Amino acid sequence: MKKSVFIGTLAAASVTASLAAAGTLDDVKAAGELKCGVSTGVVGFAAADANGVWGGFDVAVCRAVAAAVLGDANKIKFVPTTGKTRFTALASGEVDMLARNTTWTYSRDIDLKFDFIGVNYYDGQGFMAPKALGVASAKDLDGATVCIQTGTTTELNLADFFRANNISYEPVPIETNSEAQAQYLAGACDVFTTDASGLAATRATFENPNDHVVLPEIISKEPLGPLVRHGDNQWGDVVRWTLNALISAEELGITSANVDKLASAAGNNPEVNRMLGTEGDLGAMLGLDKSWAHRAIGVAGNYGEIFEKNIGEATPVGLARGLNAQWTNGGLIYSPPFR
Amino acid sequence: MSTITDPVQGGFRISMLLYDTRYRSMTIQVIALIGFLLAIGWLFGNAAQNLAALGKPLNFSFLGDTAGYDINQRLIEYNSQMTHGRAAVVGLLNTLLVAVLGCITATVIGVLVGIMRLSKNWIISKIMTVYIETFRNVPVLLWIIMTMAIFIEVFPKPSDFRGADAVASMKLFESVAVTNRGIFIPSPVFGSGSMAVIAVFILSIVGIFVFGRWAHKRQDETGQILPTFWIKLGIFFIPSIIVFYVMGQPISLEYPELKGFNFKGGFHMRNSLIALWFALSLYTAAFIAETVRSGIQAVSKGQTEAAAALGLRPGRITSLVVLPQALRVIIPPMISQYMNLTKNSSLAIAVGYMDITGTLGGVTLNQTGREMESLMILMAIYLTISLTISTVMNVYNERVKLRER
Ligand SMILES: N[C@@H](CCC(=O)N[C@@H](CS)C(=O)NCC(=O)O)C(=O)O
Repeated sequence: MKKSVFIGTLAAASVTASLAAAGTLDDVKAAGELKCGVSTGVVGFAAADANGVWGGFDVAVCRAVAAAVLGDANKIKFVPTTGKTRFTALASGEVDMLARNTTWTYSRDIDLKFDFIGVNYYDGQGFMAPKALGVASAKDLDGATVCIQTGTTTELNLADFFRANNISYEPVPIETNSEAQAQYLAGACDVFTTDASGLAATRATFENPNDHVVLPEIISKEPLGPLVRHGDNQWGDVVRWTLNALISAEELGITSANVDKLASAAGNNPEVNRMLGTEGDLGAMLGLDKSWAHRAIGVAGNYGEIFEKNIGEATPVGLARGLNAQWTNGGLIYSPPFR
Repeated sequence: MSTITDPVQGGFRISMLLYDTRYRSMTIQVIALIGFLLAIGWLFGNAAQNLAALGKPLNFSFLGDTAGYDINQRLIEYNSQMTHGRAAVVGLLNTLLVAVLGCITATVIGVLVGIMRLSKNWIISKIMTVYIETFRNVPVLLWIIMTMAIFIEVFPKPSDFRGADAVASMKLFESVAVTNRGIFIPSPVFGSGSMAVIAVFILSIVGIFVFGRWAHKRQDETGQILPTFWIKLGIFFIPSIIVFYVMGQPISLEYPELKGFNFKGGFHMRNSLIALWFALSLYTAAFIAETVRSGIQAVSKGQTEAAAALGLRPGRITSLVVLPQALRVIIPPMISQYMNLTKNSSLAIAVGYMDITGTLGGVTLNQTGREMESLMILMAIYLTISLTISTVMNVYNERVKLRER
C-alpha cells in the first residue's frame, strides 16, 4: 500500500508542473468540467444533500467559477477533502481549486506554494463545550481533553494557546468533522475546537444545540478563502475576480433578481456596465467572454445573498454578518474596483 | 550436443548473445534490468525536475524546524516547541509500541485458537472457525474503527464517575477506571529501597533460567521430571515478595483519581491505543491460527500415535512431539504475519493514534507540504522495520529447522 502511495505521489509530481505550465483555465475549458476541492461535509459551507447535490457557502464559489468559465454551474466535479488531504489534492492537480474553509497563512502561501485569491469569510478559532461542564472561559480548560482536526491551523493555534497560558490539555486528533462530532457528543472529549463558523455549523446539526456553549475566547485570526496553485496567474485571476464580482455585486446592488435586467442593456452606473459586459470588454482580458460575471452572479446572487441563504441568521447555522459585512457597513468585505 | 558442455573454441560473436542458449537468458535479464533502471531513473528524474519547477526541490531541512503541534501519547519527552524530526521519533516509538504489543497478543491468541480449532469438542472447534472466518474476511480498518466506536459509545465518560449519584464506578477495588477515553490503571511509585527489590526480582528471573537448564540436564541424566512450572513460579514471586516486606514496602501504587476534567495519576492507556492494539491482534491472530492449524496438521499422525504408544500424555505429545515439528512449518508464514501487523498499524490515524504515519506522514507532511520527502522517509522506515523482523525471525527459523545428520 505504501508503495502505491509513493508511486502515486511520484506520478502526481511528474504531471503537476506540466499542468501548471499548460494553464489551468485551458485545461478546465478543454475538460468541460471544474474540479473543485471542498470539505467532507460542514453544514452551510459545503455539504451534499439527500440527492447528492452539493450546496453551501464555499460550494457557491465553485459554482460561480464554473458558471463564469464554462457557462454552467453544474459542470463541476466536487472532490471531498479532509484537512489532511486538501493540499496534496491541489498541489498534485487532482483539483483545480480549493474552496474549503482554509485559512490563509504565510507558510501555506509561500512554502506550500499556493495562491490565496481572497477571503470569503473572516473567522477566528473558538471552543465549544457542553453546558453541563460549567466552563465559562477557555482559560478554565486546564487538563481538558480537546478534539481537534489534524492538518489544520487549529492544532497549531491550540498548542500555542495552551502554552501561552501555561495550562495543559490532552489533544485527540481526528480526521473529519463528523468523527470529531461523534467523539464530542459521546463525551470522549470535553471540548471541540475549530473555526467559530465551523463550530456554529457543527452545533446546528446537534439534536439539542442549546446544550452546548461556544466559549467567549477567539484565539486566532482565520481568514478563510479559496486558493489555487502558485504559478498559474491567469487561473488565479479568474478565481479571484469571480469572487470579487460576487462581492462587488452586493456593494453595487446587483442581485439574482435584477442581474438579467441589468445585463441586458447598459445602465447609468459605469462600473455595473463594465462588470456585466454592457460597456467595454473586461472578460477578454481574463480569457473569458463578456458575460462571465453576469453568469457568476446569476447562479445564486451576490455575496450577501449567498451568505444569508447558506449560513445567515435565518438559517440553522445562524451566523451574523459581523466582520463579513461590506466595508460600507463596517465590515471587512471589500472588492477592488472593476475598471 | 558437445557445444553445450565443451568450452567454445572459435571466438565469441555478438550474435551468440541472442542465439546461444548459454548467453540468451543472461542477455534478456541484462536488458530487462537496464530497462527497469531507466524507468525508475526517469520517474525519479522527472519527479525531481518537476518538484524543482514547482519551487519545491527535495529538501529535508524541515525535520529541524519547530513542529508546533502536540502529541498526546509520547514515550519520550516531547512538546510543541521541539522539531518535526523529534515528532517523527515520537511517532516511530508509538508504531513500535503497538507493533510489539500486537505481535505478542496476536501470537498468544493465534496459537491458542489454532490449537482449539483442532479440538475434538465440536462446539469449541466451531466457535473458533467462526471467529477465524469473520476476522479474516473483513478488512482490518473496519475492525479498528468498530472497536473504537464501541469503546467511545459503550464505556462511561469521566464525568459519569463524578458526584454522589455517579452512574459509573471504578473497578477492582476502586483501582481501575474504564472510561471512553481509555483505561486508567495504578502505576508503581518507587520509594527508597526499591532498587533492592528490583535487583532481587531480576536475579530471580536469571535464577529461573539457570534452574531450567539444570532441571533439563538432570532429566537427561536421571530421567526424572521435576514439577518445574511450580518451582519456577515460586522463584518468580517468593524472593521478591520477601525482600519487598523486609525493605518496608518501598514500592507503592499511585491510583488514578478523578481530578478536574479527567482522571489523573496512574497509567493512562488511551482508547486509541487499546482499539488499535485489540483490533490488530484479533485480526492477525485469525491468520496466525490458520498457520498454526496447518502446521499442526502437517505433522503426520504417525508421530502422535507413536508418542501415544510410548505412553506420553496428550499435553506432552503436543508440547514435545507435535509443536516442535509444527514450528518448522509455522515460522516462515509467521514472519509475514508480523510484518503485516506492523504495516497495518499505519491505519492508526483512523482512530487518532499518533504513530509515525500520523506524525511524519500526517501532521508534519501537511503542515510543511513536504509530501515527497516525508513519504520517502516513511517508506525507508517501514522497510527497515520489516527487514529487521524478517532477519530476526529467519535467525530463529534457522535454529528450529530440522537438522539433518
Ligand atoms: N481553517 C482551518 C481549519 C479548517 C477545517 O478543517 N475546518 C473543519 C471544521 S469547520 C472542516 O472544515 N472540516 C470539514 C471536514 O472534515 O471535511 C485551516 O484551514 O486549517
